[in-house]
Amino acid sequence: MSNRIITYSEAIREAIGQAMEADPSVFMLGEDIGIYGGAFGVSGDLYHRFGAERIRDTPISELGIVGAAVGAALVGMKPIVEIQFSDFTAQAMDQIVNQAAKIHFMLGGELSVPMVLRAPLGSGTGAAAQHSQSLEAWFAHVPGLKVVMPATAQDAKGLLLSAIDDPNPVIVLEHKLLYKTSGPVTEDAVRTPIGVSHVAKHGKDAVVVATGVMVSRALEAAAILAEKGIDIAVIDVRTLSPLDMGPIEDAARATGRVLLVQEAPKHVGFMAEVSARLAEGRSLYYLDAPIKRLAGLDVPIPYAPQLERSVVPQIDNIVSAVEDLMREP
Amino acid sequence: MTNTIDPLLAHPGQELSANAETARTTLQGMWAVRLFEEAVDSLFARGLMHGTMHLSIGQEASAIGASAALRATDFITSTHRGHGHCIGKGADLTRMMAELLAKQTGYCRGRGGSMHIADAATGNLGANGIVAGGIPIAAGAALAQKMQGKDNVVMCFFGDGATNEGAFHEAVNLAAIWQLPVVFVCENNKYGMSFSTEKSMHVEHVADRAAAYGIPGVRVEGNDADAMYLVCQEAVDRARSGNGPTLVESVTYRWKGHSKSDKNLYRTKEEIEEWRAKDPIVQFENKVIERGVLTREDVDAIAAITRDKIRVAIQEATTAPDSDPAELLSSVFRAVQA
Repeated sequence: MSNRIITYSEAIREAIGQAMEADPSVFMLGEDIGIYGGAFGVSGDLYHRFGAERIRDTPISELGIVGAAVGAALVGMKPIVEIQFSDFTAQAMDQIVNQAAKIHFMLGGELSVPMVLRAPLGSGTGAAAQHSQSLEAWFAHVPGLKVVMPATAQDAKGLLLSAIDDPNPVIVLEHKLLYKTSGPVTEDAVRTPIGVSHVAKHGKDAVVVATGVMVSRALEAAAILAEKGIDIAVIDVRTLSPLDMGPIEDAARATGRVLLVQEAPKHVGFMAEVSARLAEGRSLYYLDAPIKRLAGLDVPIPYAPQLERSVVPQIDNIVSAVEDLMREP
Repeated sequence: MTNTIDPLLAHPGQELSANAETARTTLQGMWAVRLFEEAVDSLFARGLMHGTMHLSIGQEASAIGASAALRATDFITSTHRGHGHCIGKGADLTRMMAELLAKQTGYCRGRGGSMHIADAATGNLGANGIVAGGIPIAAGAALAQKMQGKDNVVMCFFGDGATNEGAFHEAVNLAAIWQLPVVFVCENNKYGMSFSTEKSMHVEHVADRAAAYGIPGVRVEGNDADAMYLVCQEAVDRARSGNGPTLVESVTYRWKGHSKSDKNLYRTKEEIEEWRAKDPIVQFENKVIERGVLTREDVDAIAAITRDKIRVAIQEATTAPDSDPAELLSSVFRAVQA
């Protein structure tokens, strides 16, 4: 199988195209995904390739759209819903939380909801508080939802293909700053398994555990730290639910120092769970320093670029946090 | 706007009460709903059933008349007040009773209870504890029928209260713009819990709301199984032939409270008595006897046989194993095929 350098956004489109070619029950629905090509250009030319039936433009009705996907999924279709900004999932929460997540369990196991919900999350675009949130913890807190956050172009394709295969509802949270980033991506429809954390970089001095755009920021921080003689490992969590703690525990034991990085506000965020799991387990005995979290401030995302940058972790913040961690006795 | 044609005049001779077989099935269905719910009401009162439930006693003609218009391959979505819809679509009484009695053999293995009966085998996509929660789901299931090239129809049951939820408006609009094979059946029993439709809507009838989506809206006497059937049959035919959704407003009334906490402070005894006098089962029995389709002995026998079926359902369900906590964690997700 050959690799090319393509963008994260192209990788997602390629995954959808390959899944739709392979399975007539796969279709896409969402706002402005047709002729417009998607608010972030992800669906692109899919409308011209597959037509209006399968690349289905919808009215601005997030609750209705997700509900329609749930209903279609119940009777043999494999819908991929695009929600234009993940913030708008708030409009659709009943169908996501009370319906999609619970149907298989609550109705006794005969029915299931093989639905994929894709939504861009994150700040950095000057879109302010209602278009910039990182709401992954909402979904990860609900039993019955799988939650993935691809950090690379390859995983954007591979995790989405696995999500489409999965007989359960999968929330795919794509970072909008990553859409235009590029990386090597297999031409074949190679799956990234759901529920497997990934060692993005090995290192011996400390481990940074990250999600979404924080993975690439952690890798850039690692390069700066390397020049300063600090060798960090970076773990890309990839799947928030179900969470694979294996590589995180291994790296924590090997390095003795753990920094958890997320864009979302710190209070009751996803990394609080990772921290708690580490603290509950035997890895705690291997640590040379307290577990440290670097997260977004507990404020809504502001508009002004200098304000927005100051609210979420940047590369230099990660560098400083690791240096602080190394100074712990 | 709202269609006020008398369905009985429009379809002479096609009523459920017009022949012995359909009359019998209709009475069996209505009695099954009535007696099932009287039984669970009594089990609850005696402390033998836990949780809560929402009884549709008084509304039997609506559920049974509407579902008589469906084929086995058609689908329904239902509500918290859904026992009638489940029975109308062919649910097994023992498995329903077992679910309410928290048994492993229940439709949901004891995980759902009264509000969540679903039965894939009979096309029941699930009763729903969220008001209006099933309406977008019904639209989606109907979209799937259309995309799969099947001629199945989805019948979506909900109450008057649901028509004030955003989900109703979003889903009916989707069904209208995509001309989906779905029949929206609003069972208007006059109250969303305690809040009356006079207070909750500024239009006179729920069916008037269809005009906002450019689809037909029909108001029908929901306590008349024949009228329900004929109106729904027309709506089902319209949906099946590709002519899109219909909003059917079934005007009916629940004799019992909203749920187990209801003290009936928001309505009068006189109003309840007035509606009890319009008992859908008595009405239908009298009609079939008057028409000479069944005899008094026939209708009494149907009630007696159904009473026995409910008794058997309770016996079978009671002796079934309790639902099993051991399988909880492994039941949240369907296993992924390797």
